[in-house]
Amino acid sequence: MNAISQDVTAMTDSSAATAESRAAKFMKRRNRIRFYEILVWIAAIAAIFVAPTKLLILTEIAILALFAVSLDLVLGFAGIVSLGHAAFFGLGAYIAGLMALHFIAEPVVGLIAAGLVSGVLGFLTSFLILRGSDLTRLMTTLGIALMMAEVANQMAWLTGGADGLGGFTVGPILGTFEFDLFGRNGYIYCLVVLFLVTMIARRLAFSPFGLSLKAIKGNPMRAGMVGVPARRRIVAVYSLAAVFAGMAGALLTQTTSFVSPDVLAFHRSADLLMVLVIGGTGYLYGGIFGAIIFTLLKDWLSVVTPQYWMFWIGLILVAMVLTGRDRLARWIEFLPDRFSRKEAGR
Amino acid sequence: MTGIVLETKGLKRRFGAFLATNDVNLKVERGARHALIGPNGAGKTTLINLLTGVLPPSEGKVFLEGEDITSLASFRRVKRGLTRTFQINQLFTDFTPLETVALAIAEREGIGHNLWRSIAGYGAVVDEAAALLDRFGLASVMGERTAILPYGKQRLLEIALAFASKPRVLLLDEPAAGVPEDERHEVLAIVSDLPSDVTVVLIEHDMELVFSFASRISVLVAGAIFTEGTVREISADPRVKAVYLGENA
Repeated sequence: MNAISQDVTAMTDSSAATAESRAAKFMKRRNRIRFYEILVWIAAIAAIFVAPTKLLILTEIAILALFAVSLDLVLGFAGIVSLGHAAFFGLGAYIAGLMALHFIAEPVVGLIAAGLVSGVLGFLTSFLILRGSDLTRLMTTLGIALMMAEVANQMAWLTGGADGLGGFTVGPILGTFEFDLFGRNGYIYCLVVLFLVTMIARRLAFSPFGLSLKAIKGNPMRAGMVGVPARRRIVAVYSLAAVFAGMAGALLTQTTSFVSPDVLAFHRSADLLMVLVIGGTGYLYGGIFGAIIFTLLKDWLSVVTPQYWMFWIGLILVAMVLTGRDRLARWIEFLPDRFSRKEAGR
Repeated sequence: MTGIVLETKGLKRRFGAFLATNDVNLKVERGARHALIGPNGAGKTTLINLLTGVLPPSEGKVFLEGEDITSLASFRRVKRGLTRTFQINQLFTDFTPLETVALAIAEREGIGHNLWRSIAGYGAVVDEAAALLDRFGLASVMGERTAILPYGKQRLLEIALAFASKPRVLLLDEPAAGVPEDERHEVLAIVSDLPSDVTVVLIEHDMELVFSFASRISVLVAGAIFTEGTVREISADPRVKAVYLGENA
C-alpha cells in the first residue's frame, strides 16, 4: 500500500504481523453486539404481548428514545450541546400533520417528508453552531427553537396557532396496518422506526466518520491536525440528527392524530437533555435507557405526587449530576460483568 | 529534490502589545533536520502555531512548497503534507492508540467521511495502524485507553499520530519534553530514525539532542531570528552561548 508499511514489514516482520492480527481483533471487538442491546430489543418486542395495556406509554417512550438518539449523535459524538433540539422535532410534527391534512394520509410518506424538511432546517442552522463555545451554542439553539415556536404560533392559518392542528386522520401504515385503539400497531410502527434509526446510528458510530466525530469532541485542535475537516463533519451530523428528530416528531403526530404547539416548547428540549444525562451519552443506547427511566419516573411521580412531581424530577436530576457526570455517562460499564461481557465469539 | 520546502516571509504575530513573532523569514530545505532553539519565551511554539494554522499571523505569509498556505485551515495543511506534534500532549484520551492512529490514516486516505462502513472493514488501514504502532513500540498497548498510558508512551503516540498522516514536513515541538530518563531513549531513537525524505523541524531544549540530530539551526530570540547556521557555526558562536546557553546554565 505504501513505502512506510513495506519498510516496516521488512524491518520487523513477525512482530508487525502479530500486531496486525491483534489490531484486527481489537477493531472487530469495537463493534460487537453487546448483550444489553439484544436485551433491549427483546424486551421491547415482548412488551407487545406482556403489557398490552401499557402500549400508549411505551409508544411515548419509543418516540422520546428516537428523539434522544438523535440528540446523542450531536451531543454524545460531536460534543455539540443543544437546548433547542425541539425545533426539529416540532417541525417534523407539523410537517407530518400538514401532510396528513392536505396531501396523503399514509404515514410512512409523511414520516419521510418530515425527516427531509427537518433535515433541511438542520443543515441551514448548522452553520450557526460551527463557531463559539458551549454557551453560545446553547443560546443559539435555544433561540432557533423559540423562533420556530413563535412562527408556529403566528401562522395560525397554516398551523392552527395556539389551538393546534387537528382534524386529520392518519391512514393505515403502508396502506395495510390500521392504527388501533389500544395503540398496538402504533407502538410497533414507532418501534420499527426506532430500531432502524438506531441501527443506522450504530453503523455510523463505528465508521471512520463516527471516529472523527469523537475526535472533534475529544480534542478539536488535534482533530484538525490529523486532517479532520471538523466543520463539514459537524454540518453533516447535525443535519442527519435533525432528520431523525423530525421523524420522532412525525411519529408523535401520527400516533396522536394531533399537533399541539407544545411540540416546539422549550421543556421538550430541556427534558431531552435530562434523558441523556440519565442514560449517558456517546454509546447510543443512553438515549433509549434514559427515555425509559425518565418516562417511567415521570409517570410514577405524577401518580404518587401529582402536585409536586416536577420537584422530585428536579431533585433527582441534581443528585444525578452531582454524583459525577463521568460516572453517569459510563454507568453501563459498571454493570456486573456478565451483563456487559461480549457475546461469545462474535 | 532539493530546494526550499517551507518558508515564511515577514511573519508577525501580536498578542495585544506583545510581539511574539517579529518579522520571521525562515527557510527550511527539503529533507533538512532543522532545529529551532532559543530561550524560554522566544516564540518558538508561537512560530510552530503560525506555520500549522493553529494561530493566524498578524502579518506575513507562510509558503509550503512555494504555495501560499497562510489562510488555509490546519486540516488542509495536513492534507498538503505539513503536520506537527505538540509540546503538551494533544491526544484523544478516550481513544485507544489503535483508534487514534487509524483515524489519522483514514483521514489521510480520504475515507474519513464514510459513515456506513465499519472501520474494522478497512483491512489496509488497520494493518498500517498496527505496523506503525509496532514500529513506535506501542503495539503492546494498542488496545488500552490513551488516558491511562505511561507518559513516555503517550509521547511516542503523539509522534506516531503526526507520522500517520505521512507528512512531508514534520514539526516536532519538544518531543522529549517531560519524558522520564528511562523512557527518553525510546523517544530519541524514534526521532533520529525518522525517514530521511521527511523534512523535520525540531524545537528542543536538549542541546545534546539538537547537536546530534540537526543539520541546520535557527536561533530565535524575542520573536525574531537571531542567527542561523550549521551545527558547527552555532555551537561555536559566542553570542548564542550568551543568549541561550548562558541563560540555561
